Amino acid sequence: MKAAVITFPGSNCDRDLAVAFERAGANVTRVWHKDHVLPAGTDIVGVPGGFSYGDYLRCGAIAAQSPIMQAVRAFVAKGGYAIGICNGFQILTETGLLPGALMRNAGLKFICKTVALKVATANSAFTSGWSKGQTIHFPVAHHDGNYTIDAEGLARLKSEDRIALTYAENPNGAMADIAGILSENRRVLGLMPHPERVVESAHGGTDGSVLFRSLLDATVSA
Amino acid sequence: MKARVHVMLKDGVLDPQGEAVRHALGTLGFDGVKGVRQGKVIELDLAATDKAAAEAEVKAMCEKLLANTVIEKFSVEIA
Repeated sequence: MKAAVITFPGSNCDRDLAVAFERAGANVTRVWHKDHVLPAGTDIVGVPGGFSYGDYLRCGAIAAQSPIMQAVRAFVAKGGYAIGICNGFQILTETGLLPGALMRNAGLKFICKTVALKVATANSAFTSGWSKGQTIHFPVAHHDGNYTIDAEGLARLKSEDRIALTYAENPNGAMADIAGILSENRRVLGLMPHPERVVESAHGGTDGSVLFRSLLDATVSA
Repeated sequence: MKARVHVMLKDGVLDPQGEAVRHALGTLGFDGVKGVRQGKVIELDLAATDKAAAEAEVKAMCEKLLANTVIEKFSVEIA
């Protein structure tokens, strides 16, 4: 698997994401936001967490207009895989690659803690290593993770089995306890919790490595 | 030509910051505040000289970047 991890000005989880991909056996290339093309043969693009462009205007809004995101749009349109974590999820919604929006946490506080998540579907390359209904633990660290979508959009996510992960206890007011969602073709995942922060025992957990390994299996056999 | 854009959360979208401000006003003794909505004002200095063209252009800017129309509404004033 060839992974490309993007760095925007203000990204701070890009290196962790690159290491998580490497630990899973991927060949990782780091890509700069001003680049216009992804490396040849890229299987998956990682859009990392952080505070791209200082969260100016809205979280992810400026990053969504960067040259590299044009390339990511084209890559996803051709069936490429992408994962957006935390600020990366916000960027993917701002680019329109995933529906809905992430608003300020309902309690207004920045939340930084490990949370319990329920696997809402195992039917994706990202979640196939778990079984539906299984509880896993990832850290969250965000101020704007309150997922919002209109009633029609939410009904669609539900009927198409595109809610990937839900919070066992909703920390931020997210609609339908949504922590992560899939694109229509199930090849783009956006999630607020950080799987790349739990990939080795020294992190205090290894639940995240399941995601990266199952992704590797999917893209190797594809 | 100057443009002023107001961006607000759509009606019906809960505004937690507005709610926090409303509570704080209540704490200060301003009991009559029934609701607070907080938004953004963006001022643009434009090269355009035609008012209608400027307004159309700023609306396009709002759709593409200045507002997230999933959750926000906007209005444009040209002066």
